[in-house]
Amino acid sequence: MTETHSPRVLETDVLVIGGGTAGPMAAVTAKERDPKLRVLLLEKANVKRSGAICMGMDGLNNAIIPGRATPEGYVKEITVANDGIVNQKTLMAYATRSFDMIRKLDEWGVHFQKDGSGEYDVKKVHHLGTYVLPMPEGHNVKKILYRRLKRARVEIEHRYQATRLLKDASGRIAGAVALGTRTAEVLVIRARAVILSTGAAGRLGLPSSGYLFGTYENPANCGDGHAMAYHAGAELTNLECFQVNPLLKDYNGPACAYVTGPLGGYTANAGGERFIECDYWSGQMMLEFHRELLGGRGPVFLKLDHLAEETIGEIETILHSNERPTRGRFHQGRGTDYRHKLVEMHISEIGFCSGHSASGVWIDERAATSVPGLYGAGDMASVPHNYMLGAFVYGQIAGEQAAAFAAGRALPAADEDFVERERRRLLAPLERTDGIPPAQMEYKIRRLVNDYLQPPKVTRKLEIGLERLQQVRADVEGLCAADPHEALRAAETQHILDCAEMAARASLFRKESRWGLYHSRVDFPERDDANWFVHCQLRKSERGEMTSLTRPVEPYIVPIDENERDAYHRLRVKQAVNA
Amino acid sequence: MPIANSRTSVPVVIDEEKCIAEKGCTVCIDVCPLDVLWINEVTGKAHMRYDECWYCMPCEADCPTGAVTVNIPYLLR
Repeated sequence: MTETHSPRVLETDVLVIGGGTAGPMAAVTAKERDPKLRVLLLEKANVKRSGAICMGMDGLNNAIIPGRATPEGYVKEITVANDGIVNQKTLMAYATRSFDMIRKLDEWGVHFQKDGSGEYDVKKVHHLGTYVLPMPEGHNVKKILYRRLKRARVEIEHRYQATRLLKDASGRIAGAVALGTRTAEVLVIRARAVILSTGAAGRLGLPSSGYLFGTYENPANCGDGHAMAYHAGAELTNLECFQVNPLLKDYNGPACAYVTGPLGGYTANAGGERFIECDYWSGQMMLEFHRELLGGRGPVFLKLDHLAEETIGEIETILHSNERPTRGRFHQGRGTDYRHKLVEMHISEIGFCSGHSASGVWIDERAATSVPGLYGAGDMASVPHNYMLGAFVYGQIAGEQAAAFAAGRALPAADEDFVERERRRLLAPLERTDGIPPAQMEYKIRRLVNDYLQPPKVTRKLEIGLERLQQVRADVEGLCAADPHEALRAAETQHILDCAEMAARASLFRKESRWGLYHSRVDFPERDDANWFVHCQLRKSERGEMTSLTRPVEPYIVPIDENERDAYHRLRVKQAVNA
Repeated sequence: MPIANSRTSVPVVIDEEKCIAEKGCTVCIDVCPLDVLWINEVTGKAHMRYDECWYCMPCEADCPTGAVTVNIPYLLR
C-alpha cells in the first residue's frame, strides 16, 4: 500500500508548467517584470531539450516585418484562413508585438536570415501576405532560452509531470499537483498565479506507421494542459478544428513547403502537377490534399527535382540539420535523393494544436483563461496559427499578466482533501499487481480515435467512438504501472483519454462543415454561417459533466470585405489537372 | 501480472566502447524529452530502456564522445 506521508510542498509566486517555447519566455518575462517574484518552471523533461523545438526551428511562419506586412493585413489573413471564427483582438495582440519579439530574439542571439542590405529576408508562403522568415541557423534556440532562464534566476524543477491544477474556495487558481517522472514522488506547488504552456495534444491520433511515438508533435506534448484546464473548469474552444498536417509519408517531419516553397519546390500530384496555388497549411489546403489522394490522382509528392543543384543543396542543409534532423537519415534509408525522386507525402494523425489550427484552452488577448489567475500560451492556448513566434509573444503576455496577478494576492492554501485524492489517483497504478499496462490502453484509445474521429467525420461513427471511449474510461481503474516511468505514462494516458472524449463531443456539437478537412462533417456538408458563426466551447459543468456551449464571435476590429472572405476557398489550381 | 517477452529493435544505439556513463556522464539521459534512456545496471552504460522514441536526436547531438546513434525506427524505415 502507498505510504500515507504528506507530499512535499513548494511555494512560489508564479508557476509556469511546461518549459518548451512559451514557458521559458513567460518565466523570464515574469522575473524581469519583478525580480523579487519567485518564479518556478516545471518541466516533465529537461528545459535544455524539451518541447516542439527541442532540436531548433528552421523559420518563423508569421513574422510581421514593417514595410513587408502590417498587423492589420496579418489579422485579415488569419481571419480568412480560419473561416472567420477568430477573436481578432487575440490576433492583433500577437501581430502588434511580433516585430519587437523578433528583435528581442535577435538580440538574444537567435539568427534570422537577412538579405544583402541587412534587412530581414522574409518570403511569401501564405495565400495573401508575406510572413515567412527563414532561420537557417535555428538549431540554437533552446540553448539561448536556457541561458536566459539561468540569467533571470528562474527556479527549474525537471522531470515533474503536472497532473491537476489547484483552486481556492473562491475559484481562483492556487497551484498544481505534479508527479516525479523518475521517482513517482507526488509534489504540491502552491502558487499565486499559474501559466500553462504544455504544448499541443499530439498523442491523440495514431500515426499510420503504427509507431506510437512517431507523431508529428513531440510526443511529450500529449494534452496535459488541455486535460488539466478542463478539470479545473476552464473553457476550451474549437476542439473540433483538428490539426491535420501534410507530412512526409512515414516520417513525422513536415514536407516543408515553407522552406522549399520560396526556393521553387511545391506540392504535386502523381502526374507531377501542381494542384493547389498555396502551400500554407490550412483546412482548405488539407481538404484539397485529401481529395487528390482519394480522387485517384495521388499519391501527393513534394517536388524538388526540377531545381538547380545549389538550391537543392541549400534545402538539404536547412531540412536535414534543424527542426527534424533525422530526416536526412530517413531519406538515405529509402534511397530518396531530392535531385531525382519526388518525395511521397501523406496526411498526419489528428491532434489539438493552436499553433497550426485553432483548437485549445480558451484565452483572451491578455493570455487569461476563464479561471482567474490561470494563463495560457503556446500550442495549447487558443490563438490560431500562432506557431513558434506566437508562443513567444503569448508567453511574454502571460508572464506580464501572471506577475501582475500574483503581486496582488496572498499565497492561497492547497485543498488537502483534493491533494490526497489526487495522490491516490496518481499512485494507484503502481499499487496494482495486475491490470492494463498504460501502453496498451494508450494504443487502444488512439486506435479508436483513428477509426472513429478522423475526418471526414461521420455522425454515427463519432457516436460509436464516444461510446467506445467511455468503455475504455471504465478500464482506468485497472491501469497498472511497473515503475515510475509507467506511472507517468498512466497519467498521460488519462490526459489522452480526456482529449479524445473532448474531440468526439466537440465534433458532434458543431453541426456544419468548416475549416476544410479539419471539421468536414459528412452529414452536414455545408458551411452554415446563419447557425454556426460562433466559437464552440467545451468545459466541465458544475455537475462534472463534459458540456458544450457557444460563444459569439467578437465584433471584428479589422473588417473583412466580402470578396476577401473566401480567398482560402479558391486554393485549387484553376486549370483542371490531368483533365 | 504476466510478462510476455518480445525482442525489439530499438532506434537509439549506444557504442559501449565510447560511452563514459560509468564515469558519471548522464548527458543523453538528461536531454531525452521522452525519458527513455537509462543506465544499464549490469554494464554501467547508457541504454534505451523504453521503445518510445521521437528520433529527435538531442542524445546523439549532445553526447560528448559520439557514442550515441539515432536510427529511424524499423516500422518507419
